[in-house]
Amino acid sequence: MEPFKKIKSIVTPFDEVNVDTDQIVPKQFLKLIHKTGFGKFLFYNWRFDSNGKPIQDFILNDPKYKNSKILITRDNFGCGSSREHAVWALKDYGFFVIIAPSFADIFYSNCFKNGILPVKLDSKTIDELFQTSGEIEVDLEAQKIKTSTKTISFDIDDHRKQILLKGLDDIAMTLEYENKISNYEKRVMTPSLL
Amino acid sequence: MPQTLFEKIWDSHVVVERDDGPSILYIDRHLVHEVTSPQAFEGLRLNKRGVRRPDLTIATMDHNVPTSDRSLPIVDQISGLQIKTLEKNCQDFGIQLFDIKSPYQGIVHVIGPQLGITLPGTTIVCGDSHTSTHGAFGALAFGIGTSEVEHVLATQTIRMEKPKPFEIKVVGKRKNPRTITAKDIILSIIRHIGTDGGTGTVVEYRGEAISDLTMEQRMTICNMSIEAGARAGLVAPDQKTFDYLRGRKFTPKNYDELVSKWQETLYTDSNTSFAKSFTIDAGSIAPQVSWGTNPAMVCDVTESVPFPEEYAKGNEDQRKAAEKALQYMNLKAGTQMTDIEIDRVFIGSCTNSRIEDLIEASNVIKGKKVASKVRAMVVPGSQMVKKQAEEMGLDKIFKDANFEWRESGCSMCLGMNPDILASGERCASTSNRNFEGRQGTGGRTHLVSPIMAAAAAIKGHFVDVREMELN
Repeated sequence: MEPFKKIKSIVTPFDEVNVDTDQIVPKQFLKLIHKTGFGKFLFYNWRFDSNGKPIQDFILNDPKYKNSKILITRDNFGCGSSREHAVWALKDYGFFVIIAPSFADIFYSNCFKNGILPVKLDSKTIDELFQTSGEIEVDLEAQKIKTSTKTISFDIDDHRKQILLKGLDDIAMTLEYENKISNYEKRVMTPSLL
Repeated sequence: MPQTLFEKIWDSHVVVERDDGPSILYIDRHLVHEVTSPQAFEGLRLNKRGVRRPDLTIATMDHNVPTSDRSLPIVDQISGLQIKTLEKNCQDFGIQLFDIKSPYQGIVHVIGPQLGITLPGTTIVCGDSHTSTHGAFGALAFGIGTSEVEHVLATQTIRMEKPKPFEIKVVGKRKNPRTITAKDIILSIIRHIGTDGGTGTVVEYRGEAISDLTMEQRMTICNMSIEAGARAGLVAPDQKTFDYLRGRKFTPKNYDELVSKWQETLYTDSNTSFAKSFTIDAGSIAPQVSWGTNPAMVCDVTESVPFPEEYAKGNEDQRKAAEKALQYMNLKAGTQMTDIEIDRVFIGSCTNSRIEDLIEASNVIKGKKVASKVRAMVVPGSQMVKKQAEEMGLDKIFKDANFEWRESGCSMCLGMNPDILASGERCASTSNRNFEGRQGTGGRTHLVSPIMAAAAAIKGHFVDVREMELN
């Protein structure tokens, strides 16, 4: 995974609560067997009409937000299905940061496996950010978001932070505990399915 | 210190405990299906890694398999490729697979318990959010993303921060256990606590009304824990649990020994405090119907579609969401739920496709016909459920009533296979998600219990099943 760098970009204000992963990537696109190329399916049913033509008033179709790398949204983003395709689509489309008051658990965890930073902020600060125009800077190292008028701090679990900053491979890190895993297996003897 | 059941299972599976980050937890059972696994196996190959414990891993194909004649080739070539990819991955990595021709094929969360793969006190994961179903047996079972699937394949462990224990007490008794079902209990809970009420928690369902439920009914409850945002939901195992699992295909040989051990350990200690608690009176629950586009947008069948302001109780985000939902659902606030006409009925999914669900639905429709404008289908959760139902003659009852009787799979719960709603079609569905487009782009889903779905199929609109005659 690429190490996570500072992100400077305008913000896409996505004013929806409880956005489920069925909306982020509809099921008809889950049949692919690789991780790449999901960006074109992002919010497909909200972004395109039944003829595949862009729906003008959907926010991602506004040229103003074309190069935005930061999505700001409302409570419980990413609820529902565990499909990691949702995160692959957001990343492939170009989002590196998602800011919301809360996230669904599986989605939140999936973000860190794919180099996306989910930032939790209180609803009042989110309301203010919805009003921000112009670029903001997200600095994960310093845990700060800088707008033209103010600096906002955010909390993040230090372990998850390091994973993003260093682009670490979870599996390689776990395999460093090989001894402990083997010892557990000798001690517990889980009933086999063979 | 007194502990909850969840904490006991967690502690007994910790391989590495860390205060400064996620713990490493051992996984006893890993269930794999065709949709969320190809990229995980691809990752293993790229990094030259193997599957650590193929003997604790089981695969089946359920999400995109057709439910029509199994002797015919799969028409959708992209689905076909995904299915072939799973076959190859299982072969290459030595994983047992119940493929489309197997008598054990079925929805992964239906076959797990049926085959005795699911056991009390174990940790179970699958790349599917409804893995919470297995919690009905007192297992810690939760859905994971594809990267985590790869992690479990490679290490048989998962990295996870410890969720908080959440107690949901369902006290008292249901007014009529034949008409007020487990589905009504769980929809009612989600309606009260919201789709994020359980975020960051593992729910333990407790109380008299939970003890009263059969194992299959408990599965329906635990299944929808994720719809309240909880990673997992569980019920402490009891005699019903132990009886259910006895003598199944993968039930361990030393079962009695295990049961004694489970009886000694698998319960929440008295005087334990949960991080969160919610209580509901089973006697207050009526048959539920969803009216909106998430599983908290639910009301009693006797009520009318709510006005967004009334639903939102002052929350502007919720008001906007309700307005959008009514627009999508093409419903007018104030309409009686029983006046809403339907086009389709779907009885199936990992929530409600087990033998008891089919028996209950058949009791409603026996000797009756599906309303002429309604297309109705039954999709048994597994080949084993299908066979059992056929032996009982349920298929005949359904077919006589003009229901389609299909092969097993996830089917129209998520419409990855050819079973989908056309745009604008309205469906009474026993599945778990009424999200926009879930059952087909532009399709409109109302979540209900199997008997409510069966009753709606007969009448062509929602009805209060309490007013119907049951066989």
